[in-house]
Amino acid sequence: MSGSASLRRLMAIAWRESRTARRRLLLYMSSISLGVAALVAIDSFTENVSTSVQNQSRALLGGDVSLASRTKYSPRVEALLDSLRRSGTGVSRVTTFASMGVIVKSSNTRLVQVRAVSRGYPIYGDIVTDPAPAFGALHGGKHAVVDPSILVSLDANVGDSLLLGSARFLITGTLQSVPGDLGVTAAIGPRVYVSDQYLDETGLLVFGSRAEYETLLRMPEGLSPARFAGRFNPVFSSESPRVRLRTVAENENNLTRNIDQLGNFLGLVGLVALLLGGIGVASGVHAFVMRKIDTVAVLRCLGATSSQVLFIYVLQAAAMGLVGALAGAGVGVILQFTLPWVLKDFLPVDVSVSLAPSAIGLGLGIGVWVALVFALYPLLALRRISPLQTLRRESDSTVMKRAQRDSAALVVAFAILASVVAIAMTRARTVERGVGYALAVFAAIGVLALTAEFLAAAARRLARPGLPFVVRQGIANLHRPGNQTRSVILSLGFGVFLMSTVYQVQQNLMGQLDVKLEQSRANVVFFDVQDDQHRGVDSIVRASGHAIVQEAPIVPMRLAAINGVPVATMLADTNRRNRRSPWSLRREYRSTFREEVATSERIVDGTWWESGDKTPQVSIEQDLARELRVTLGDSVTWDVQGVKVTTRVTSTREVTWARFEPNFFVVFSPGSLERAPKQYAMLAHVPTSVEVAALQRAVVRVYPNVSSLDLTLIQATIGNVLNKITSAIRFMALVSLAFGIPVLFSAVAATRRARLREGVLLKTLGATRRQVGRIMLAEYTLMGALGSLAGVSLSVGSAWLLMKFVFETAFRPAIGPVVVVAAAMTLLAVIIGLATGREVFRETPMAALREA
Amino acid sequence: MLAAINLTKEYQSGDHRLTVLRDVSFTIDQGSFIAIVGPSGSGKTTLLGLLAGLDTPSRGTVRLDDADLAMMDEDARARLRGEKVGFVFQSFQLIPTLTAIENVQVPLELRGEDGAADRARDVLQRVGLGDRLDHFPTQLSGGEQQRVAIARAFANRPRILFADEPTGNLDSDTGTRIVELLESLNRESGSTIVLVTHDLGLAGRTRRIIRLSDGVVVSDEPTDAGRQTSDVRVAARA
Repeated sequence: MSGSASLRRLMAIAWRESRTARRRLLLYMSSISLGVAALVAIDSFTENVSTSVQNQSRALLGGDVSLASRTKYSPRVEALLDSLRRSGTGVSRVTTFASMGVIVKSSNTRLVQVRAVSRGYPIYGDIVTDPAPAFGALHGGKHAVVDPSILVSLDANVGDSLLLGSARFLITGTLQSVPGDLGVTAAIGPRVYVSDQYLDETGLLVFGSRAEYETLLRMPEGLSPARFAGRFNPVFSSESPRVRLRTVAENENNLTRNIDQLGNFLGLVGLVALLLGGIGVASGVHAFVMRKIDTVAVLRCLGATSSQVLFIYVLQAAAMGLVGALAGAGVGVILQFTLPWVLKDFLPVDVSVSLAPSAIGLGLGIGVWVALVFALYPLLALRRISPLQTLRRESDSTVMKRAQRDSAALVVAFAILASVVAIAMTRARTVERGVGYALAVFAAIGVLALTAEFLAAAARRLARPGLPFVVRQGIANLHRPGNQTRSVILSLGFGVFLMSTVYQVQQNLMGQLDVKLEQSRANVVFFDVQDDQHRGVDSIVRASGHAIVQEAPIVPMRLAAINGVPVATMLADTNRRNRRSPWSLRREYRSTFREEVATSERIVDGTWWESGDKTPQVSIEQDLARELRVTLGDSVTWDVQGVKVTTRVTSTREVTWARFEPNFFVVFSPGSLERAPKQYAMLAHVPTSVEVAALQRAVVRVYPNVSSLDLTLIQATIGNVLNKITSAIRFMALVSLAFGIPVLFSAVAATRRARLREGVLLKTLGATRRQVGRIMLAEYTLMGALGSLAGVSLSVGSAWLLMKFVFETAFRPAIGPVVVVAAAMTLLAVIIGLATGREVFRETPMAALREA
Repeated sequence: MLAAINLTKEYQSGDHRLTVLRDVSFTIDQGSFIAIVGPSGSGKTTLLGLLAGLDTPSRGTVRLDDADLAMMDEDARARLRGEKVGFVFQSFQLIPTLTAIENVQVPLELRGEDGAADRARDVLQRVGLGDRLDHFPTQLSGGEQQRVAIARAFANRPRILFADEPTGNLDSDTGTRIVELLESLNRESGSTIVLVTHDLGLAGRTRRIIRLSDGVVVSDEPTDAGRQTSDVRVAARA
């Protein structure tokens, strides 16, 4: 008799013997379905996004190479670009800056993001507009194509006139999609495209104006972007200010890296859910094993070896695990198709959704493996069930206790741990990161498990003599032999933990914004106010019946030297101990000068200004001081529009950046910058939004280059963006909340026999159906409450960690939302428990005893 | 074909050591039909477990066709059981998720035998259940379930069959029929049958009775039917 024939016969026994167990096993295995769904959805989606990025990489950048600078190019760079154009390189430009846009007919105004483009922009990719020809006809006149939100917020239409500075444009269409732009950016800074031939006419790019100058290049035949970068990057990066060069490959790598990191993070969440599902599988299969003691004892009498017995039941578990994983993969594919819609505002590309076989295969494989290895742990006990149980049957718990003394269980436990590490590795690029992920997963499950253990033990002490019998019995049921209380608390708690953490962080972030608003005296800021416009703006504000409550002169400058060492020398220094961050050395600083410390600042070291000292003094923001490695007494030389100004550091400050006030990295002492070319930021307090709009119109009419921001609009915009982010995360948190449900079903089903027997016994002893129902209500209410408590308490801890170490702000627990989540979860537990236990009510004691 | 040699079985019960069987020795020849009787607690079920290789003795040994069961591990004993031993239990012990014919096929399939379904059908027809092949245990009466159990026990042509109170859960008429079936199968197949029972009337239908009391063989005698044979050898210690 061949080995394969023997296997076939065992498979036949396994198939037949599983008749009544399939549904139950499938229920247990469904614990892993949603975890598989999450992995498949996330991996498939990130694969789709990466593929879409690769396919659209040139359109995303707009060219083969991008050159970007915060100031106009130097003559050397312009000459270089000219020669490149003559040699066959395609060149196209865009200048981006913020400005006030005014609808001529209504004088409604708001801050917009102007993009002045040259012909041929973009080189690759299509900007889609409505009507379609609008973008193509941009250079045919003073035309503007705008974000639809501008028309809404300014109550305008296509065909109206839009004033940008001194130039009037005709709105000829609206933007539908711009390659590489996130949808959410339209909320932050709605875009206006105009032809760059009218840029000078606007008069908007004046001294101190911030603009981004970008040039897109199309490589001639035979020259790759990488070769171009290799040859010209040293030239561009040596410019001052630096011209940043980016090739299409680098852009693609940046985007896919970000997407991969997001995918890996989300995948970790799915992995934890999958492993919790595995714990649900183990507890369900444990109950399944106890029901099979008699059958296995008979099989051993009939000649089955321990391996044959194990094979039969492992095969059953594997088959059901495969079905559960397949179901999960199916749900994952459905989720994959919905994710682009959920995340559409945050994706830089149009995602082409297609099945990702490798992601599906990986998810399936991991799901089946997790189901199998977690099921194997309790199944091992079957090997040691003695055939003597056919003659003298001991209690289930005695049999199991003896059977579980098995050294093979240690091997399986090790296999489980190794599996977690291996699966975590699939999500990490490096071994260190993979181990880190595995440790994070263990920590998450470990903390949840400890919490579950603690709460379950604490629940014992709830059963006070004074409580009604039905409540005491419900509490006692949580500790009945073979109870699933811990795994239910674990899985319910995980879902609640995720959702509550999201809500807590969101509430805290929104609360931070509100607090900062209340602390600010102003709600409107005017900026890019030139020196000779300063008094005029003040007059307009006063004429409108309001007052400027705060103003700050702003002087643009760059760092020239620290303690006599030039910036170029410091940038070239490769000694890690001396190294200062390149961004802090190269960037443009917009500094101010004043007598007093601002209300949004606090001196942390040194003294504000030392009297009697004629040297210009500076106060530096503490984080910047750390980046620049400057301390009190150091000398810092600044290049102020070509003039070198040497200063001494006399203090460092802590700045509350989120306050709606002009805040500065560097503040000079009075008397040091008054004669430097400068512009102003001026803040006013205007009570109503109608008056704000009127004041903005009045200022921009006289000074079209002056931009203004309405604080309530900022708050609404940020809130809008946060809501979009939160909606996306909530969708995924809801999915994760659903992870707990199959485990809950599985756990409830696992204790079905015990509950049935108990309910029947109570009815035989005279309990009414109502009393039995109340016992179940008490049991499941407590179980749901414990799971919710575990999740909520952990979420407070994790939200505190996130607020303190990631967002670096204070934390306040948000009670309202978490109470709602906890109550909903408890209700769910009660509904599932009562629904699956309804046969206790339905059946007569005799019928139930027969079945039990 | 079966020899019990100085069998002793002890259990630890709290601080005490309980001796359930004490120096039990006897031999059984092929084809015998033997009853082991004794009151409740006499050790007869324990003895059955040792003889069938379901348990290991504290001292002594059991030899089944020259195989020393005490020297074998559990899997080796299981394989031996599959080849040579059949069981009939008081509570039938049919696998509830399998039909009658599937239950009977199990020992044959575990041994990897071809034609398991045909053999199972034949045996079930022999025990009078040819028309109940596809019924589940819950669809059969007690007597029918026991007949399925007997069919299963005989399916692999065992050298020896152990029956633990096979009529314990049946009414007297059904029980009588079951015993008659066992007798006829014993005659036809030549299998040795060892019956454990507290029912002396049932024991009287066998050819030899080994009587246990307090874990010791107190008598080992042929019955009237058995006096016609000469297969008794008892090595009882005082």
